[in-house]
Amino acid sequence: MLAYIVRRLLYAIPILIGVNLITFALFFVVNSPDDMARMQLGVKRVTPEAIEKWKVERGYDKPLLWNAQAGGAARATETIFFQKSAKMFAFDFGRADDGRDIAREITTRMMPSLAVAIPVFVLGLFSAVSFALLLVYFRASYLDFAGVVLCVAMMSVSGLFYIIGGQWLVSKIWHLVPISGYAGGLDAAKFIILPVVISVIGGIGSSTRWYRTLFLEEVSKDYVRTARAKGLSERAVLFGHVLRNALIPILTGVVVLIPLLFMGSLLIESFFGIPGLGSYTIDAINAQDFAVVRAMVFIGSLLYIVGLLLTDISYTLVDPRVRLQ
Amino acid sequence: MKVVILWSDALLFLLLALVFIGGWWSRRQAHLRDAWRKVGASATAMAATTVLATFLLVGVLDSLHYRERLPDVGGVPAGSTNYSNEVLSALDAVLSPLRTRSEKTYSAPLATYLFAKESLDAGGGGRDFPRLRHGGAHLGAQLDGHGGDIAMRVLKGLGLGVALWLPLWFFARRKKLMRSGIHGDGAGDTAGPAVGAVLVTALVLLLIAGVVVALAQGYHVLGTDKVGQDVLYLTLKSIRTGLLIGTLTTLIMLPAAVLLGMLAGYVGGWVDDAIQYLYTVLNSIPGVLLIAAAVLMMQVIIDTHPEWFASSAERADARLLALCLILGVTSWTGLARLLRGETLKLREMDYVQAAQAFGVGRLAIMLRHILPNLMHIVLIALVMDFSGLVLAEAVLSYVGIGVDPNTISFGTMINAARMELAREPMVWWSLAAAFAFMFALVLAANLLADAVRDAFDPRNAG
Repeated sequence: MLAYIVRRLLYAIPILIGVNLITFALFFVVNSPDDMARMQLGVKRVTPEAIEKWKVERGYDKPLLWNAQAGGAARATETIFFQKSAKMFAFDFGRADDGRDIAREITTRMMPSLAVAIPVFVLGLFSAVSFALLLVYFRASYLDFAGVVLCVAMMSVSGLFYIIGGQWLVSKIWHLVPISGYAGGLDAAKFIILPVVISVIGGIGSSTRWYRTLFLEEVSKDYVRTARAKGLSERAVLFGHVLRNALIPILTGVVVLIPLLFMGSLLIESFFGIPGLGSYTIDAINAQDFAVVRAMVFIGSLLYIVGLLLTDISYTLVDPRVRLQ
Repeated sequence: MKVVILWSDALLFLLLALVFIGGWWSRRQAHLRDAWRKVGASATAMAATTVLATFLLVGVLDSLHYRERLPDVGGVPAGSTNYSNEVLSALDAVLSPLRTRSEKTYSAPLATYLFAKESLDAGGGGRDFPRLRHGGAHLGAQLDGHGGDIAMRVLKGLGLGVALWLPLWFFARRKKLMRSGIHGDGAGDTAGPAVGAVLVTALVLLLIAGVVVALAQGYHVLGTDKVGQDVLYLTLKSIRTGLLIGTLTTLIMLPAAVLLGMLAGYVGGWVDDAIQYLYTVLNSIPGVLLIAAAVLMMQVIIDTHPEWFASSAERADARLLALCLILGVTSWTGLARLLRGETLKLREMDYVQAAQAFGVGRLAIMLRHILPNLMHIVLIALVMDFSGLVLAEAVLSYVGIGVDPNTISFGTMINAARMELAREPMVWWSLAAAFAFMFALVLAANLLADAVRDAFDPRNAG
């Protein structure tokens, strides 16, 4: 087991290097730093001096991959690639355009993101699994049919509609909770309750339908018939056998998402003014702050790879037949 | 008039051609014909297809672009003709009353007055709601019979809808296309296509269209937006963007996904390793961030090379295609993995082994024996991805990394209107129209996708 984890972690390194190369190519090779400077400073009325100054301020004045003018190790280190991309492996993300340290910003913004993302994850999973079980319990009845129709209809509604509609109804018409904002500590509850509910409702349609298919596949198997034949109640069959066996495919889809909870949700956070990593990313995209976007890409990939590893480990926990080697 | 073919138009027509070729080809294949028959027998699928066909018609009309010829002005040498800078489409020509009859700013659906008060210079002053320039202009100054006029037009529209529908109905009856009973003749698989569902859906659509056409001649049926453009016109124009994003993304990524997935599965070895590495890397970058990074970069390229594009329509088109391409890059990995798995299975099939024993080359085996058997996965992916992509477009445009802000799309409409709910009284019609059209499109796509998946997935073949 330990050897497997170590090997998987080693396997993650080439993938992270690949991610790093792709982002490097996207940000520095497709467009030269001169292009970026011109774009940031405004395409018109830009002087070569202003471009040079912009580049020096951000450290984009170095050569891309190989610094022939420097001596010794500095040939490789005094380059954009080393300074901007390779240093990410040491979690040194440099500074954002407003001069703040990105790594520090990320650690402070993680908590608000998690405060929204974890309840959404837990509640969403719980409610989707319960609804799916309910539909399976009443399978092939009108209730089941109506439930599936409702799921498809809910899937077809844009996520933006849930957010805009929910904000309008709950905050503007009913005045139950503030429209947007955030506070630390326990005060956060009144700010996060609406985003959490809206995210859960927005995601419930597709996941309920997916889990229902998984459960139905399981229900038609032989061992379920055996369980019924030996006189188990329908409830015992569903919870004791179907749910436990259907957990395996559910885990594949779900565990990989857990580390990504840190990243928060772009839409929810920006609509509700929650100062998490999601809104940080959106602000960076809108302000065209390349350093922040690059850092977020790196962290996102890292978390995804951790998620893949967690998925594999969780298999062994729920399914004793799976052995990692 | 000068015909303009944008890249996205060309690709859309290529896709339509492929669909026709695919349809013609699958007529001759017994198993595919059966699968399509199963789709045809499903009432929900046929109703969804009717709705989608209507959307497609609007989208195709909107893809026939041209530039209008400008009237000759003195000073221009004779013989040379000038064309307008504005690229119009056939849909614009059909809807030109809607396109040109713009108001000053917001007005509610079917309203005769502007939404905001203005100081009136004529008539002694005071601030009041000014009359609309076009909405209800035929009613005269006293607005006599506003309600009656609307009711008359609705009735006329309903009549028009029925009148257009009746020929369809007679045609279906004469050809005896309709099934004898509601549930077919009892034999599930041999039941004919669900023509009844098509007819009912067509009736509903024609009634709606009739009413809208009748009302649109005198009013802004869905109101006007901030700069006074007709919301109905905007929503109809948005359909093309949604359709393009939903279909072209899959079309663009298809060659790469099929080729790489098949190579990884069939050739194996280091090729497999390399391709798997590539898609793990691409997969591990969070989709939105990769799209954001790529769109930012694309925008820099487009901005720094204005000389590449002859008109603003071409520039917006380039951005749309770039978005499709990027969405494709982020979404081909799932399909490639599925195709790889399926190819691994097919490789061990008897007929492939036999072909190998006969000395058929690798390329020939892949093209003749493996590729045709992967097509159902490709088809399922195409229809399943569509609705997700249409929804994604709205979100991405909101984030600012979607289509060009000048392209009319559901996302840009929602983005422009979302702050207006805070107004008192609120402006709800732009949002409502965009969400309602998007819901209809995505719901129809989801229903059709379900039917296609059920019919083509071999696991369901009983």
